[in-house]
Amino acid sequence: MNFELGSFGTWMAILAMAAVTYAIRAGGFWLMGYVPLTRRVRSILNALPGSVVVAVILPLAVRGGTAATLAVLTALVVMALRRNDLLAVVCGMGAAALVRAF
Amino acid sequence: MAGTSPAMTGASTSMTSLETVPDKPRGSGFRRGLRLGLPVAPGIMAFGLVVGAAAARQGLSFFQSMMMNFLVCSGIAQLVALEIWPHVLTWSAIVTITLLTAVVGARLFLMSVAMRPWFDQVPAWQAYTGLFFLTDATWLIAMRYRSDGGRDIAVYFGAASAIMTGWLAATGIGYFIGGFIVDPARYGFDLVMPAFFAAMLVPLWAGARRAWGWIVGGIVAVAVERLVPGWWFIVAGSITGAIAGGFFDGQDE
Repeated sequence: MNFELGSFGTWMAILAMAAVTYAIRAGGFWLMGYVPLTRRVRSILNALPGSVVVAVILPLAVRGGTAATLAVLTALVVMALRRNDLLAVVCGMGAAALVRAF
Repeated sequence: MAGTSPAMTGASTSMTSLETVPDKPRGSGFRRGLRLGLPVAPGIMAFGLVVGAAAARQGLSFFQSMMMNFLVCSGIAQLVALEIWPHVLTWSAIVTITLLTAVVGARLFLMSVAMRPWFDQVPAWQAYTGLFFLTDATWLIAMRYRSDGGRDIAVYFGAASAIMTGWLAATGIGYFIGGFIVDPARYGFDLVMPAFFAAMLVPLWAGARRAWGWIVGGIVAVAVERLVPGWWFIVAGSITGAIAGGFFDGQDE
């Protein structure tokens, strides 16, 4: 198993990564084709985007320290007040940069 | 080559689908999508510089690096894979890299699940072409656009094109100037995606009833993050949150 694969090995690794990533990207959508979209399934699907977003940022904010927490909170507040996602992201970044500068 | 066709079919998709909507100026959905990709551009480009630099450091050729950036197009997965990229690639190393890519990308599976109600309504080849471009950023933009009542797939392809273009440009530049990159964390670039995720909570807020799912998912995610190494907390929190949210949603109707 351990002979040298050289450039061929690099290409194999890239193609394997590409294949598995596309399988994941398309797989969820494909699988749901076999699940009947009942009212219950539909409400779970409707709740999924918000759950993914919460599950991504809450642990990062808790773990990431002051800068991450402040960036997340600032972006959230600015978005709630102004409904402008570019402004929210810029303010979030700015808050983190300020905390790290001092 | 398989690499070039999705981008080109992606662009033509947006054109043909727009022709069936006569009351709208041609290309407007695509352009709107390009604009929606703007807020994440700085974060993606900063991240791209780092990933491009990592590929150069690990001895990938420029062409190999760019093919990986296009075909895999998953910043965190690539960074983690390049981190453990061995000097000599063996079959077992390839298997390890592939498994790691799958684990890091697992959240994309749930995002793909969430695309079903929208992409269900477009021809399968458009849906499966679109899913090639599914990233954190395109998914967030898609979900927000959907929650605003949008259904024009040209918007999705516009956002996907903006993000892919910025990503390829940044990774390409990063490949050559890698050694000169200043720490992106210093200017908060590493927090662009978390900040964008946080901002997306506002349009995704669907009333207090749906909040149960967010609370359950949030608690589970934080707990799993503490107990289990890796990125599983996203998967665990998302699934429990969605089921809890869906359960409470359907209860009083």
